[in-house]
Amino acid sequence: MDFRQYFRQNWGSLLVLSLALVWIWFSRAPEGATTGGQIPAPRAGFLAPAFSLSTLDGREIALDDLRGQVVLINIWATWCPPCRAEMPAMQKVYEDYHEQGFEILAVNSTVQDTFSQLDPFVEEYGLTFPIPLDRSGDVTRLYQVISLPTSFFVGKDGVIREVVVGGPMDEALLRTRIEKLLQEGR
Amino acid sequence: MFPILQLGPLALPAAPLSMVLSVWLGLSLTEKFARKRGLNADALYNLTFIALFSGILGARLFFAAQNFSAFVQTPLSLFSREAGSLDPFGGFASALVAALVYGRRAGLKFWSTLDGLTPLFAVAAVGLAVSRLASGAAFGMETSLPWGVELWGAVRHPTQVYEIGLALAILLGLGWWSSTDFLTDARIKADSGTDSNAEKPADGQLFLLFVALTAGAQLFVEGFRGDSMLLPGGIRAGQVVAWVVMAVVLLKAGWSTDFSRMRG
Repeated sequence: MDFRQYFRQNWGSLLVLSLALVWIWFSRAPEGATTGGQIPAPRAGFLAPAFSLSTLDGREIALDDLRGQVVLINIWATWCPPCRAEMPAMQKVYEDYHEQGFEILAVNSTVQDTFSQLDPFVEEYGLTFPIPLDRSGDVTRLYQVISLPTSFFVGKDGVIREVVVGGPMDEALLRTRIEKLLQEGR
Repeated sequence: MFPILQLGPLALPAAPLSMVLSVWLGLSLTEKFARKRGLNADALYNLTFIALFSGILGARLFFAAQNFSAFVQTPLSLFSREAGSLDPFGGFASALVAALVYGRRAGLKFWSTLDGLTPLFAVAAVGLAVSRLASGAAFGMETSLPWGVELWGAVRHPTQVYEIGLALAILLGLGWWSSTDFLTDARIKADSGTDSNAEKPADGQLFLLFVALTAGAQLFVEGFRGDSMLLPGGIRAGQVVAWVVMAVVLLKAGWSTDFSRMRG
């Protein structure tokens, strides 16, 4: 089959493919059009929205101060069974990776929890990571949390890499995500 | 966006739910379509479930193999419900191998089986688009157009809605095409010998048309997305992949000749 015959038989397909190429060229992404990295939103690929809360032990902690570290923001409540179930795994990975630059902000959604139950809870599970208290519910709303627990893996650059809605997260998942994020930029 | 459907005390994740519903609906359509085309609907059901099961199993095993040290410390994590601990490429490869092995053992013809499964694929494409709408995934670029939607801190192209519209159009178009046209009629006539002039259309036409249309739809919608993986020069990688798929199907399937033959 010569080219002319091939073209005559396939001109429709060739036209479609040519138009598609024009569209690919025309719809090239302008600079910054596809990066959510500078916009704060509770979504993978976006900057983790900034917040500052006081912790259960009375310290003030701000997310922005942790830039340069890998952060797991876990929003939880004591009455939520999957939240309770993932705490031991979180404590374990915190002990293993904290020295390497990993931090956990276990934000208690205090607005929908009972404050008096927090101390016994922390004691029962032997938790040593910071537990910021979201008394007003602002952070829960800011992160658009509609199911507890919800976890956000934040890279060293402050950009959310992954959101895990629901739980419990198992230890292997935590380890694989944390190790990957710790290796970024090394 | 509605990532969670709250039905009384029950909180259902909308994205996986829409995928499960689409597979169920797609299988029902596939069954009807397969019977109409004289295919073994039970074998298609079995093939689908074996592929799904193998895909999930393979996805977890591939993920565990890649993160061996983490799973050695907590082997029970192999049985976790965590969707994040699945490797999509491993899952796809496992599903493909399992489907090929089962198909060969059950004596299924490759292309006619893909034709038979096309309703399932087409409905699943709609389900995938709905799941993206529910979760806010595959979001659009910022826009000032009046139909832009507020999402992730900006007014954006509702790319998920574009995708649902195109996937539905493909589903309905293929449904119309396969129910009214030559595909079924010509096949039955040719098989039964009632029409000696009827030409039996080649197997795989319906599937290939679905692939070409879906690749075209992805290529179009990708142009509005705000989360594309970019190649040098701002070219979107998803569009390049979709173009290659479309080119292979359009140029290699020899469609224009088949269309003209079937129209005649």
